Amino acid sequence: MMRLFEARFPGIPADDYVLGAFMLNDDAREHYEEIMSFPPFTVDIDRGRELWNTPLHDGKTYAQCLPNGGRMIAGNYPAYDPVAKRIVTFEMEINRCRVESGDAPYRYDDARTMGTLTAYARTLSDGMRMNIRVDGPEALAHYEAGRALYYRRIGQMNFSCANCHVDNAGKIMRMETISPAIGQATHFPVFRGGDKLYTLQARYTRCMKQVRAQPFPMGSETFNDLEYFHSYLSNGLPLKASVYRR
Amino acid sequence: MKAGHSGEEMKFLLVAFLWTCWALPLARADDVAAGRAIAQDQYKGNCLACHRMPGDPSAVTLANLGPVLKDIRSRYPDRAELRRRVWDASTFNPDTIMPPYGRHRILTEQEIDAVVDYIRGL
Repeated sequence: MMRLFEARFPGIPADDYVLGAFMLNDDAREHYEEIMSFPPFTVDIDRGRELWNTPLHDGKTYAQCLPNGGRMIAGNYPAYDPVAKRIVTFEMEINRCRVESGDAPYRYDDARTMGTLTAYARTLSDGMRMNIRVDGPEALAHYEAGRALYYRRIGQMNFSCANCHVDNAGKIMRMETISPAIGQATHFPVFRGGDKLYTLQARYTRCMKQVRAQPFPMGSETFNDLEYFHSYLSNGLPLKASVYRR
Repeated sequence: MKAGHSGEEMKFLLVAFLWTCWALPLARADDVAAGRAIAQDQYKGNCLACHRMPGDPSAVTLANLGPVLKDIRSRYPDRAELRRRVWDASTFNPDTIMPPYGRHRILTEQEIDAVVDYIRGL
């Protein structure tokens, strides 16, 4: 897929794909960098930091619970857990910490809790290179399930993810340039319009509504498989949370 | 009694004839206006998400996903074929991303007719 994009967008370094559609013209890049130099969502990141630093019910912190103190790890997720025989997302690791400490898990579709917390927690992995591993036939089966969904046409409008973000990446839909699939999973959560927080799976939900399909639940195995495949596409690219998007 | 029409009748027929001459193209203009409204409605045709229509100054978009809609009558002289493309473009190109407006009932049959009449004027 990268070879296809390299041919379509010659001269753009791989690392720039984390900018999404902003990488495709200088004005858009400038617009992005201007907003990112003084982001309107700083207050949300600060609230996320407070959540991160608040000790859990048994006094432990997320930093104590997560591998490597929660730093430079987000790019390892989603990962296949061979013991539980399922895909584990970064958000599921957060909830594992909460439940182990005696707290109630956050809802995966709650922007104010899980969204805000991860909008900060993922910044602790900024610069880490995406490192999704697909080892063995069981992991591969989840990857393949995610891939199949990525290429399946759904909804009344009859679009697959790939129809737009592979086949037509770089083209303009109404007023907006369509971002390439590679790079997308590196920079969530995003603040659309500068203030509306979307986790990656909230963005999947929005896409599905736009093609008039019944969205899968956030945190569902189906979305986790999709995120697994989708994140694998960005392997090797530097993570950058949390960012502005139109 | 004389055969034929009285003066009053003649006057009525003349008025009816003139009204028809005036109203027929007006009715067609109404259909085209309805087609334009459906085409530009984001929740109906949403044509501007993908197509530019340089012949219609009210069609504001930068889209380049689908072909530019111009010279439609010369490119698609057969209205029925054009309508089939709107109804389900995948019968002409299985890889198309154009939504199947008729097959998936995104638009009603009447709405598709109105849109087809509108784009035939582009």
